[in-house]
Amino acid sequence: MPNRISIRIDGELVQAERGQTIFEAAQSNNKFIPGLCQFKGLSTVGACRLCVVEVQGVNRLLPSCTTPAQDGMAVITKSARLNDYRRQSLELLFAEKNHVCAVCVSNNHCELQAYAQRLGVTNVRYAYRYPKLHVDMSHPRFVIDHNRCVLCTRCVRVCNEVEGAYVWGVAGRGIGSRIACEMDRAWGNSASCTNCGKCVQVCPTGALAEKGFAAEEMVKRQDLVERLATIRGTMNPGGPR
Amino acid sequence: MKNQPKARLATAWLDGCSGCHMSLLDVDELLLTLADRVTIVFGPLVDAQHFPENVDVAIVEGAVSSQDDLRLAQTIRENSKFVIALGDCAVTSNVPSMRNSIAPTRLLERIYISGATAQPGVPTQNVPALLRAAIPLHEAIKVDLHVPGCPPSAAAIAHVLTELLEGRKPDVASAAKFG
Repeated sequence: MPNRISIRIDGELVQAERGQTIFEAAQSNNKFIPGLCQFKGLSTVGACRLCVVEVQGVNRLLPSCTTPAQDGMAVITKSARLNDYRRQSLELLFAEKNHVCAVCVSNNHCELQAYAQRLGVTNVRYAYRYPKLHVDMSHPRFVIDHNRCVLCTRCVRVCNEVEGAYVWGVAGRGIGSRIACEMDRAWGNSASCTNCGKCVQVCPTGALAEKGFAAEEMVKRQDLVERLATIRGTMNPGGPR
Repeated sequence: MKNQPKARLATAWLDGCSGCHMSLLDVDELLLTLADRVTIVFGPLVDAQHFPENVDVAIVEGAVSSQDDLRLAQTIRENSKFVIALGDCAVTSNVPSMRNSIAPTRLLERIYISGATAQPGVPTQNVPALLRAAIPLHEAIKVDLHVPGCPPSAAAIAHVLTELLEGRKPDVASAAKFG
């Protein structure tokens, strides 16, 4: 079976590798699809719904990060309908937790905020929930602020798949879901955290940050983790892409 | 130009830091054009005590946080053709919303009684009652245009006002930044 397949992205015929997702195929052909939970080198979960695309012959929208590209597929990545759904997903993320950009460590360096600007969000049409959420400062070097979390689970995956420490998981159900350290203990009491900080660097918002930074000061170094994750992915065939 | 009737502009300062009004004053030479084409009929920049009728454009800074804020917001809507939510507090309720997970009575007791070093007691004279939560302006009244930013840049405000004076709808998404 040939390893190269042909798909149509926004009308243009492009080549992709068999086994690539639509998201990866688009990326390797310099076609932009937004994505918050997707991170190069980590497994995919389809959590954020920002990367939805239209596939010809399929009625519903599909998340491009978990949908394999198939030979002869025709994909639309840009349309008014997609923009509308992506905006809705973003606005629901803003309404769900307390994203107070003005006082956030990641203000102006935040992927959530950047997508809001890129997709033309000027206000959130849904009622804000204002949940009471915890800020865990117990770790000597890092902070987890659940107010800013979008539950992308990048931190969970990077800790499992790259560092191999399995510190993070998701506790609770539905609207009560939150990132939890081990069996829901304070991060500072973690038995397995190696203090490597990869979770902090991959976090798209200010939910995970280094201590000692004021508003707007936390700039993440994603390139380091991306490279490491990609190397690990290649070294473990069958493991995370 | 001189013979055109001047547009009636009002500004209002709800639960915010006045930074958005500072940014409005920071539009530099546009102020001269505005002085020719606009009359400011209400707001912290002028003396009027009551919100007037027949306002063309009302610019509102701050979240809706108290009974007074809510009443003023409703008056603004009734008497204005076009309402702008200016800045993150009016658009998202921003910093004022950080109190929203705490009930107002508990919040006031914590600050004015257990947190007081002298004369403990929650003030009730001449201050409006707090709403249960500080909400963005569009959750209280219909808003015609959102201009986010903390504060929105003077350039963004200048773009919005210039476009409105020319009778066009401003392209806020490219002029201002969310959050």
